[in-house]
Amino acid sequence: MKILSKKIIADSFGIRIVKLTLSSFEISRKARAGQFVVVMVSEKGERVPLTIVDSDAQAGTIEIIFQEAGLTTKVLGSLGAGDNLYALVGPLGRATEIKEYGNVILIGGGVGIAEIYPVAKSLKQAGNHLTVIIGAKTKELLILENELKSLSDKIYVMTDDGSYGEKGFTTTILERLLTQDKYNLVYAVGPLPMMKRAAFVCQPFNIKTIVSLNALMVDATGMCGCCRVTVKGEIKFSCVDGPEFEADTIDWQELENRNRMYLDKEQHACKLNFQRE
Amino acid sequence: MIKEPIKVKELSAQERVNGFAEVVSGYSEQEALAESSRCLQCKNPACISGCPVNINIKKFIFQVTKQDYAGAYFTIRKTNNFPSICGRVCPAEYQCRKGCVLNKSKLAYCSPEAINIHFLERFVGDYGMRNNLEVEIERAGEPPESKVAVVGSGPAGLCCAGELVRKGIKAVVFEGLQSCGGVLRYGIPGFRLPRQVLDYEISCLIRSGVEFRTNTIVGKTIFLDDLFQQGFVKIFLGLGAGVPSFLGIKGENFCNVYSANEFLTRVNLMSAYKFPEYHTPVNIGKHVLVIGGGNTAMDAARCALRLQKTSGVKPDVKIIYRRTLAEMPARRLEIEHAQQEGIEFKFLTQPKEFRSDSGGFVQELACLDCELKEADESGRRKAVAKDGSDFNMPCDLAIIAVGLQANQVLTNVVPDLKTDKYKDIVINSQTMETSIKNVFAGGDIVGGEGTVIEAMGMAKKAALSILQNS
Ligand SMILES: Cc1cc2nc3c(=O)[nH]c(=O)nc-3n(C[C@H](O)[C@H](O)[C@H](O)COP(=O)(O)OP(=O)(O)OC[C@H]3O[C@@H](n4cnc5c(N)ncnc54)[C@H](O)[C@@H]3O)c2cc1C
Ligand SMILES: Cc1cc2nc3c(=O)[nH]c(=O)nc-3n(C[C@H](O)[C@H](O)[C@H](O)COP(=O)(O)OP(=O)(O)OC[C@H]3O[C@@H](n4cnc5c(N)ncnc54)[C@H](O)[C@@H]3O)c2cc1C
Ligand code: SF4
Ligand code: SF4
Ligand code: FES
Repeated sequence: MKILSKKIIADSFGIRIVKLTLSSFEISRKARAGQFVVVMVSEKGERVPLTIVDSDAQAGTIEIIFQEAGLTTKVLGSLGAGDNLYALVGPLGRATEIKEYGNVILIGGGVGIAEIYPVAKSLKQAGNHLTVIIGAKTKELLILENELKSLSDKIYVMTDDGSYGEKGFTTTILERLLTQDKYNLVYAVGPLPMMKRAAFVCQPFNIKTIVSLNALMVDATGMCGCCRVTVKGEIKFSCVDGPEFEADTIDWQELENRNRMYLDKEQHACKLNFQRE
Repeated sequence: MIKEPIKVKELSAQERVNGFAEVVSGYSEQEALAESSRCLQCKNPACISGCPVNINIKKFIFQVTKQDYAGAYFTIRKTNNFPSICGRVCPAEYQCRKGCVLNKSKLAYCSPEAINIHFLERFVGDYGMRNNLEVEIERAGEPPESKVAVVGSGPAGLCCAGELVRKGIKAVVFEGLQSCGGVLRYGIPGFRLPRQVLDYEISCLIRSGVEFRTNTIVGKTIFLDDLFQQGFVKIFLGLGAGVPSFLGIKGENFCNVYSANEFLTRVNLMSAYKFPEYHTPVNIGKHVLVIGGGNTAMDAARCALRLQKTSGVKPDVKIIYRRTLAEMPARRLEIEHAQQEGIEFKFLTQPKEFRSDSGGFVQELACLDCELKEADESGRRKAVAKDGSDFNMPCDLAIIAVGLQANQVLTNVVPDLKTDKYKDIVINSQTMETSIKNVFAGGDIVGGEGTVIEAMGMAKKAALSILQNS
C-alpha cells in the first residue's frame, strides 16, 4: 500500500491530474484491463474507486491516475513517494472482455483517457485495429497522448477551447467515423454527458458500445447497492456486474441524479478538511 | 413462588437517541444473582436444546448462583466463543428462552417470565472480558505445521479461526473490508454492540495467534488455488449473506432510497455519523420510512432516528411492515427499544411505488393496505394487499430492509463450488465440507440469513471436522 512514486501529469485551470505508482504484489498479479481498486487515504477516509491504469506483475506495482475532484482525491494528490495508504483493495469489477473484435474505436474524455489506456493496450495485443479519440478541456489537461498514439492505428485529439487538435467534442468525430466506415466496437469512458452522447450517437449504427460507469460506491464488493444502475430495465450493481455496460440500455438520467446525491456534503467536507499547504 | 424477572438497566429513551452509546447496561452482580436464583435447575432443561450451540445453560446459571463466575465463563466458552457478543445480540427469546419452562407464551418468542439467559450470559462474558479470562491453547502434541485459511471475518470466520488456534493450528483470516467482524462491524450498530467488545474479542484472537489479512478479497485479490499453493491445507468459507434484496417496485433507485446494508455500512463501518470528521457522508431525511420487519430494519430505523436527533431534525421515522407486530422477526427487545425511542410502526402496509421530485429525490411512497390470511403450509400468515386501498406517505429518505442474499464474489468465480438455487454453498451437513475437497463452509453463506450464534455453531462444527484430519 506504499506510494512508490508520484507525478503531476497535468495542472491547469485549477485542475490537477496526478499519477501514482503503488506497490501491491497481489493486485499487480491479478489486475486486468477494465478493473479498479478502492483506496482509503486514512482511517477516517472514504472508500474511493479508481481505475487500475497499468500494472507490472514483475515489479509488483500498479498505477492510478486521478483528477483532484474532492476531498479524497485532493488528499491523495497531496501524498508523495514513501507515504502509505490506509487501505488499498482490488482488483475489483469485471475485466473488459478482450478478444479480436476487428475495428475498434476508443473514446476518452478528461481523466477518462486514463481509463481507456489499459483497455487499448489489451485490445491491441489481441490484434484489434484501434482508432482512438481523446478530448480534454484544454491542451494542458490532455493526458497520455503519446502512450495512446503508440497503441493506435489512428488518433484524433479534441479540445473544448481549440488550443490543441480540433476544437469540439469527441463524439462529433465518433459520428463522422461511424458514417464513413464500418466498426465492430466502440468503447467510451469520460464524463457522464460524453458517455451518454456516445451512446446516442452509436445507436442508429447498431454497433456494440461499451461504457465504464462511474456510479458512487461504498464497499465496491456488491454488499450495499449504492452503485446500482438500471440497465435493460433491471437493477445492476456497477461494482460487481460492471463497471462496464452496454451503453444503449442504461438509464442515464437516474445515474446523473444519483451521482449528485451528496453534492453539498462533499463540498462541505472538502472545505473543512482540506487546505493545501 | 416464582420471583419476578429481573429487568436490565437501560439508558432512557430520551438520553440514548442523542448518540450511539450502548442502550442496555447489563446486570450488576446483585441483579445477576437475583435472576440466576429464579432458575429452577430443571431435570430436563429444555433451554439447552433451544440454544443452537447447546450451551450448558443450567450449569452456567448454577455457577452464577454460586458466584463462580470464572467457572460459568468456561462452561459457556465450551460451546460459545464470544459470550459478550451473543449476550448482547442473540435472539434468545426465539431460542433458549423459548424452551425455558418458565415461558408462558405459545408464540414464536417467549414471554418475559422465561429466565433472562442472554443477560446472564452477557454478565458472565463481560466478567471474563474484565478479568482477561482466556481458554488455554491445547497443543496436540507436535508443533503445528498445517495452516488453515479462513475467508470472511464475520462471526463464522472469527469462531472457526478461534477454534483452530486453540487446537494449535495456524489460522489466517482473509477479509475483504478494511476491518473485521462482518455484520458485527458493518451492520449491527454500536449502541447494540459497542465496538470495544468486538475489538476486544478480535484482539484476543490475535494474541492467541490468529493472523488477519484485511483488504483481501478471495476470488479477486487472491484465488482459492493460490491459497492451496501457499501451503494452506484447508480453507473455511464464512462469506455471509451480504447482498441486499430490493423490492422490485418502481422508483427504487431514486436518490435517498438506500438499502439497509448501504445505510448501515455508511453509518457503522464508515462512521458517517461523525461526518465530516469521517469523510463518508450519509443523507438525513425529515420523513424517513424503513421497509421491513427484521433486525436490519430496526437497526436502520434507530440509526436514522439518531441521525435526525443529532442533526437537529424533528424525529420522524416509520417502519413499514406487511404483517403485524406478532409476525415481526426482529428481536423483541429491539422492537421495544425502537417503540420507546419514538419510531412509529405502520403494519399491514405494502409499498407500491416511490415517487420523486424533479431532481430525482424520493418524495413519497405509494402504499397499499394489507390483510393477513390464514397460515399456509409454511405456517406463516401471508399478507395480501387490498385492491383499491391506495394511499401515500411522505418520504424523503427510504431504507429498504427486506432481506439479504448470498455473497457471490467468490462463488461466481469458482464454478466447481456447488451452490443451490439461492446461491448458498452446498455442504455435506456431517462434515461441513463443500463440493471442493478440503474447502469447508459455514454461517449465512450456508442456508441463508440466520443468527450470530447459528453462524458460530456451524463454524465450530466445521472447525472440528477440519481438525479431525489436519
Ligand atoms: C469504477 C470507477 C473507476 C473510476 N476511476 C477513476 C480514475 O481512474 N480516475 C479518476 O480521477 N476518477 C475515477 N473515478 C471517479 C472517482 O472515484 C471520483 O472522482 C472520486 O470518488 C471522487 O472522490 P473525492 O472525495 O475526491 O470527491 P468528492 O468530494 O466525493 O466529489 C467531488 C466531485 O466529484 C464528483 N464525483 C464523486 N464521485 C464521482 C464518481 N464516482 N464519478 C463521477 N463524479 C464523481 C462529485 O459529484 C463532486 O462533484 C472512478 C469511479 C468509478 C466508479
Ligand atoms: C443489520 C443486521 C442486524 C442483525 N442483528 C442480529 C442480531 O441482533 N442477532 C443475531 O443473532 N443475528 C443478527 N443478524 C444476523 C447475523 O449478523 C448474521 O447471521 C451473521 O453475522 C452471519 O455471520 P457470517 O460470519 O456467516 O457472515 P457475515 O457476518 O456476513 O460476515 C461475512 C464476512 O465475510 C467477508 N467476505 C465475504 N466474501 C469474502 C471474500 N470473497 N473474501 C474475503 N472476505 C469476504 C465479508 O466482508 C464479511 O465481513 C443481523 C444481521 C444484520 C444484517
Ligand atoms: S447463545 Fe443465544 S441461544 Fe445460546 S444460550 Fe446464549 S443467548 Fe441462548
Ligand atoms: S429451562 Fe429455564 S428454569 Fe429450567 S434450567 Fe433452563 S433456564 Fe433454568
Ligand atoms: S458499491 Fe456497494 S454494492 Fe457496489
